[in-house]
Amino acid sequence: MTTALNTPVRLLPAAPEDLRAHLARYGPAPYRNQPGALIADVEASGLTGRGGAAFPVHRKLAAVARAGVRQGRTVVVANGAESEPASHKDELLLQFAPNLVLDGLQLAVEAVGATEAHLYLHRAPGPQILRALAERAARGLDRLAVTITQAPPRFLAGQETAVVNRLGGGPALPTFQPPRVSERGLGGAPTLVQNVETLAHLALIARYGPRWFRAVGTAAEPGSMLTTIYGPDGTAHVREAAIGTPLRALLADGAIDGADVGDGIQAWLVGGYHGTWLPMPGAAERTLDGKSGVLAALPSSRCGLTEAARVTRYLAAESAGQCGPCLNGLPRIAAALAELAGSGHRRQTLDDLKRWSGPQNLVEGRGACHHPDGTVRFVRSALVVFEPEISRHARGICSATDRRPFLPLPPGMPTREEDWT
Amino acid sequence: MAETLRVNPIQCSGHGVCAELLPELVTLDEWGYPVIDPGPVPPVLDRDARRAVSACPALALRLVSR
Amino acid sequence: MNTAFWYASRATGIVALLLLTAVLVLGILVNRQGRLPGLPRFAVTDLHRNLSLLSVAFIVVHVLTAVLDTYVHIPLASAVVPFASGYERLWLGLGAISLDIMLAMIVTSLLRGRLNRILWRAVHLLAYASWPVAFAHSIGSSKDLQQGWMLGLAVACAMIVAAAVIWRLAHAARQVPRARRVAAIFAQHRTGQVTR
Repeated sequence: MTTALNTPVRLLPAAPEDLRAHLARYGPAPYRNQPGALIADVEASGLTGRGGAAFPVHRKLAAVARAGVRQGRTVVVANGAESEPASHKDELLLQFAPNLVLDGLQLAVEAVGATEAHLYLHRAPGPQILRALAERAARGLDRLAVTITQAPPRFLAGQETAVVNRLGGGPALPTFQPPRVSERGLGGAPTLVQNVETLAHLALIARYGPRWFRAVGTAAEPGSMLTTIYGPDGTAHVREAAIGTPLRALLADGAIDGADVGDGIQAWLVGGYHGTWLPMPGAAERTLDGKSGVLAALPSSRCGLTEAARVTRYLAAESAGQCGPCLNGLPRIAAALAELAGSGHRRQTLDDLKRWSGPQNLVEGRGACHHPDGTVRFVRSALVVFEPEISRHARGICSATDRRPFLPLPPGMPTREEDWT
Repeated sequence: MAETLRVNPIQCSGHGVCAELLPELVTLDEWGYPVIDPGPVPPVLDRDARRAVSACPALALRLVSR
Repeated sequence: MNTAFWYASRATGIVALLLLTAVLVLGILVNRQGRLPGLPRFAVTDLHRNLSLLSVAFIVVHVLTAVLDTYVHIPLASAVVPFASGYERLWLGLGAISLDIMLAMIVTSLLRGRLNRILWRAVHLLAYASWPVAFAHSIGSSKDLQQGWMLGLAVACAMIVAAAVIWRLAHAARQVPRARRVAAIFAQHRTGQVTR
């Protein structure tokens, strides 16, 4: 695992580490026996969630801790569902540094006074996680036993309320908030759902303090983060970098820049399938922020419009189908985009598409979760960045020389209730 | 005591009763689902808003205090 | 006086049956988002709710006049305690069962915001039991309804209810399960259909 120039190595060791190596490097998790102290440190560190929403972690911890005092029990969930198909950083973190994540989980347990701890995973637990749990149990390192649950392979499976729904025995479908899961979550108890990378950072902040954490990154979003980068050759690389690093610097990593691909990069997708397309060359100056967990460099040889249509179709298929605007809007948006990506389209289609994804909130903000919002953000930016390509397709021309699919998408679509459990 | 109108989109099945009773704050989209004014409910519409909340057959509408 | 009570009980009973028939059909209409010609959507919901309260009002008079009529002894409690009446034990018992269900439906509906949704729905579905039981009570305890045009009226009510229930069941059978809804919208778009 090579790392690029000038990026900190905080989370990912060179090779997967077992408990012995972990303890040799970091020592045991520093329980405070005074939970408020850790929350204060997390606040001072400015840690934001690394699951994509970038919400201040200390506020979640404090909310759950407060609600827990009233209720007498709380739950902590380490969210490793990583439902974004293009993201691999959580999977890698769990493989290379499972003990950092598990330390973070136990420290969060202490901080909120939890009575129940869960690890929610995208796939069946790998050998490293299982070994880590067994080794820790043998040494009596953990305050609470951790229950592992596998998430269904759905895009929404990692959404906070869907996580709680699934862990409660239901399908991994979002539920309406209020109440927030931090108030009433699993089994009615205040529940902390935190991304596994966030917990890993927490484990380091507990050891090295907020000032150490702030030594890299920006004032608004301190620290480092993991990001999955797709170079123009289509291969994925997980990198750790300081927040605020320009994309240009990430591209300077020899493994990623794909200089031998020949032609240039036409656009970057920043933030995964709920993210934003940015045209080159401006995109290279964009800096890494808490919402840039997935970055993809689309080479000029591909058709951006076709890629956008493929992803939108996937996003529509992954709708929970619970809310009228999302259920009705997303498949129609996907079908319209597919028509634009074909050869020639009806005038009405482009008008419809602009109306549905426009600022009149026909789809955005009208669901129980942010799936319609994220999808519309993705589509809107695609309509802007690939506007020249839309015009070409309208005349029956596609500028792509390489018609292979670029962005990774799982096959098939969910059609039965069991697909959500 | 500012209140806003909110819909639970999972419970909402597009009956459209709210839009009839409170057209000043609720319109229906092309699929029959409510588009709700996100601002506070003006005091003069308070009674109508409460009536709309009560009349929703799916009990999907609610008034929340900010 | 007794005769007046007796006639009042018979009359209010029949009107209650007609009202309950309307309430059940309106309830199905609300669920199916149906409209009454010339009336706004909220009218269906409001009529359903208001007529259900009116029905209970008629039933209260129906019960009270029957109790006050001393020609036969009907204890007041038998209105809600099934089979507690010596007179026409079975038929009046059915009336009590039906009324009990109606009262549960109304109380849970008035407290709807505070109750678990599933509980509310389960109680409300008992309407499909309450109406037939009320119907049996009506036919069994009323000589009026057992002959002539009144029998025809009662049968007409039963047929209307049956038709409405079949309509409701047909829709439930056609209903697309949640997991297939997106696929259904995709399919609609491909065939050029534009519906909700």
